Amino acid sequence: MSRRYDSRTTIFSPEGRIHQVEYAIEAINHAGTVIAINSKNGIFILAEAKRPSALIADKVDNEKIYKLSGCMVGCVAGITADANILINYARNQVQNHLQAFNEPAPVEKIVRQVANVKQNYTQYGGLRPFGVSIVYAAFSREGGFKLYHSDPSGNYASWKSICIGANSSSIIGTLKEKWTPDIDLTGAKNLAFEAYCKPCDVQSISSKNFETMVLTLDSDDKPLFQALGTDEVENLLKENNPIKAS
Amino acid sequence: MFQLSSKLLMAVTGEGGDTVQFAEYIAKNIQLYRMRNGYDLSTKAAASFTRRNLADYLRSSTPYMVNLLIGGHDDNDGADLYYMDYLGSMVNLPFAVHGYGSFFTLSIMDRYYKEDMTKEQTLALLQRCIDEIHERFIVNLNSFKVKIIDKDGIHVLKDIRPTTKPPVEAEGTQQQQQLMDTA
Repeated sequence: MSRRYDSRTTIFSPEGRIHQVEYAIEAINHAGTVIAINSKNGIFILAEAKRPSALIADKVDNEKIYKLSGCMVGCVAGITADANILINYARNQVQNHLQAFNEPAPVEKIVRQVANVKQNYTQYGGLRPFGVSIVYAAFSREGGFKLYHSDPSGNYASWKSICIGANSSSIIGTLKEKWTPDIDLTGAKNLAFEAYCKPCDVQSISSKNFETMVLTLDSDDKPLFQALGTDEVENLLKENNPIKAS
Repeated sequence: MFQLSSKLLMAVTGEGGDTVQFAEYIAKNIQLYRMRNGYDLSTKAAASFTRRNLADYLRSSTPYMVNLLIGGHDDNDGADLYYMDYLGSMVNLPFAVHGYGSFFTLSIMDRYYKEDMTKEQTLALLQRCIDEIHERFIVNLNSFKVKIIDKDGIHVLKDIRPTTKPPVEAEGTQQQQQLMDTA
């Protein structure tokens, strides 16, 4: 490992890697998990909000899931302070688009703009990259329900279902196995909890805080964002926690 | 008239130079959006973008003195027409005119326009407007370029000219002519 080439973002290592970017991606694997699943009739997002202390007062703000526009939501995993900057930037860009074009910003445009900011910090200025991965969930008339993911390197792609944060690689394995193109919203909810619970042990799950988001269409075919109630979360956990079942 | 995209047309009038400069700027930016995002802007979005530029430049040291009409066809919203003036006001209208001709033709269009007119009826209404201008307006404008936008794109139609009426002999002209000849 060429440790001599990892202290600055603006240099390549002899193997052709930028170590700082890779370390940033590594940092996200310690953050709270976010699972997002695209289904026929909506998107379901499950996020684990890590409570650093029991003394923290009842939350006023979200920690993981942020509304970016009337049609778009961003879920973050990584360094919260970095995430706040990027979410604020994304919200600004959405409003700029609205001001110029008088219609909702397309997801891809916002994803690309935020990704370009992230890329900037891997090439110029000698500043460290953002330690944040963002999952975007959106609905548009042209594209339907869409999921995007961008990482600290500035790469982004569209996904059918995605997981970021702690245990992401094993959870993605479960998702790859079980996701089908004709999965519906209920199936997506169950799959998310099932995939989440698999790598965890039963004691820790009961004390976790979840943020959830369901993106569907209302009766006027406009995007509708709702969180699951605590009862429904309890039920889904009970049904999908494989260890408890035995 | 400037083509903004495959199904968007913009007609500009106003200060010479400003018109072409502004129209080309908007047209190229619409194309750039298409390159970056992979799809054409809707008529409403393109018109709003144009209006935003007009309004921003208005409050600068280099305002654009242009009046425009933007017409386009969307797959989602059908055909749309937007009227914009140099002060940056914009409105979606079923029919619109810029210039002195508006004093004469707006009333014609008010009277004869119907929703769901056919293409032939619309062209007949256009002909009526041109005839009115020819009759009432002091400046001789005897030929107009015509384009139509539908779900298949922009089509160029034949130029419209005022309907030629058979010459009418005014009373007493013959007498007058005779008098002039003999004087």
